Amino acid sequence: MGRNRDTAQDFDDASKLVTEKHRLSNPATSSLDGARAHARSQAGAVEPAGITIPSTAATDLPHDIDAATVVWDETIELGGYTSRLLRRGSVVRMTDLEGDGCVQLLVYNAVATSERLNAADTVKVQWQAYLNVGALLLSDMGRVLMTIVADTSARHDCLCGCSSRLANTARFGDGSVSGPAPSGRDLLCLAGAKHGLGRVDIAPNINLFKRVVVADDGGLHLDGEPGAASHVELRAEMDVLVLLANTPHPLDARDEYSGSPVRVTAWRGDPAGARDPFRTTTPERLRAFQNTDELLAVTTP
Amino acid sequence: MVHDEVLAARAAWARVVPRDHTLRITDLGGNQAVDCLLYDAHDHANRYSAPDTISAQRNIFLVAGTKLLSNEGQPMMTITATTCAYHDTIGGACSRESNTLRYGHHTAHQHACVDNFLDAGTRHGLTKRDLVSNINWFMNVPVGSDGTLGIVDGISAPGLTVDLRADIDTLVLISNCPQINNPCNGFDPTPVQLQVWDGSPL
Repeated sequence: MGRNRDTAQDFDDASKLVTEKHRLSNPATSSLDGARAHARSQAGAVEPAGITIPSTAATDLPHDIDAATVVWDETIELGGYTSRLLRRGSVVRMTDLEGDGCVQLLVYNAVATSERLNAADTVKVQWQAYLNVGALLLSDMGRVLMTIVADTSARHDCLCGCSSRLANTARFGDGSVSGPAPSGRDLLCLAGAKHGLGRVDIAPNINLFKRVVVADDGGLHLDGEPGAASHVELRAEMDVLVLLANTPHPLDARDEYSGSPVRVTAWRGDPAGARDPFRTTTPERLRAFQNTDELLAVTTP
Repeated sequence: MVHDEVLAARAAWARVVPRDHTLRITDLGGNQAVDCLLYDAHDHANRYSAPDTISAQRNIFLVAGTKLLSNEGQPMMTITATTCAYHDTIGGACSRESNTLRYGHHTAHQHACVDNFLDAGTRHGLTKRDLVSNINWFMNVPVGSDGTLGIVDGISAPGLTVDLRADIDTLVLISNCPQINNPCNGFDPTPVQLQVWDGSPL
């Protein structure tokens, strides 16, 4: 009996504590009406980062971009992720706002997501490990997913992929998505899962805003010192699904899980025409566009 | 020794190498690229990751001592010995589709490593979505100071070997590369020998 009474007493005490905590923070949420009013009162809060809805309300756009054409405007904090479907011809600008961002990027054919970015083909076919203006993001089907049409960063990496939960737990103590140091891989898996993709679909990614230099002996050296703000613009060459996370580069050796926010803004644009200057910069790139034309001839009215 | 076979030129192969077994690949003819992917035999979503492997060792070349990591950061196999100076893991696998970009549309129907991976992999329940950046045993892919990257003449020779000890039960997929448009096979695909020991090679 005594034990039971103690337990009941403990429960009463705990209930009082919980109730007291609620009273202190949210006096109105003890009722359904109050909880709903409380929830709704939080909308419109001005946060340093977040998403613009509708995206046509975006401000601080490039001077030649009409806000009416904007289809995506969102800021991804360190440890964040997002995803978006983009129509062919759309241009997405990623801005490293404070110069210490690192975007893990994956791209898929939105119509058939088994076709996706192939980082190895991207560097091998173009005979170039370092991405720059004019570089194509190539799929495993010999087609172009996106083109880098502008770039003030020129610090990108196609080789080193992203962190894993195991690696981040070893480095920071807790590498889970619920902790302070989520891994690039787990965040990309979450981003993909929102579109029905599984862990097998999260293939090697590209890193934007951090460069890795390959030495003659094969050594990998991160060129990742925080720098000035910069941006890179990618044009969709077919309807694509874009997944991205903002986490420290896997070669980032700083003791702290470090980085800075990245703004992602996209607007509608015209698909690359037959005389688009990016089509013909190399014979390999021209054939990638030709293969893509062949696909779009079937799927585009 | 529990397994010993010669894999024909251009052919595909798949086999589970149990934990603590060692797989030896021998380049019989010299400069024969052997494209390779690894899967956790009990969870195919846990699979070889070229980026995790090269990031962890901060070097693009696979050498004796390299731990081959999965996309979840887990060691899958370890290179316990090799008589070839280094091996590639950034050059990917040839495919019919990428061949059209690299060499022209007349190569669209040539046999390629991705088709070997699919042929062997689909017999083990894998699909195209399971194919990722692979290992190229005995293949030479340097990166120049300006970032230029590509497959150049090989550094292997007849009889050179690589030994892989399984750290977990591992499904190994191999494509004995059929490429004839670049020097990865010396323009002449040749057979390779595949041997498995329960423990270390004798």
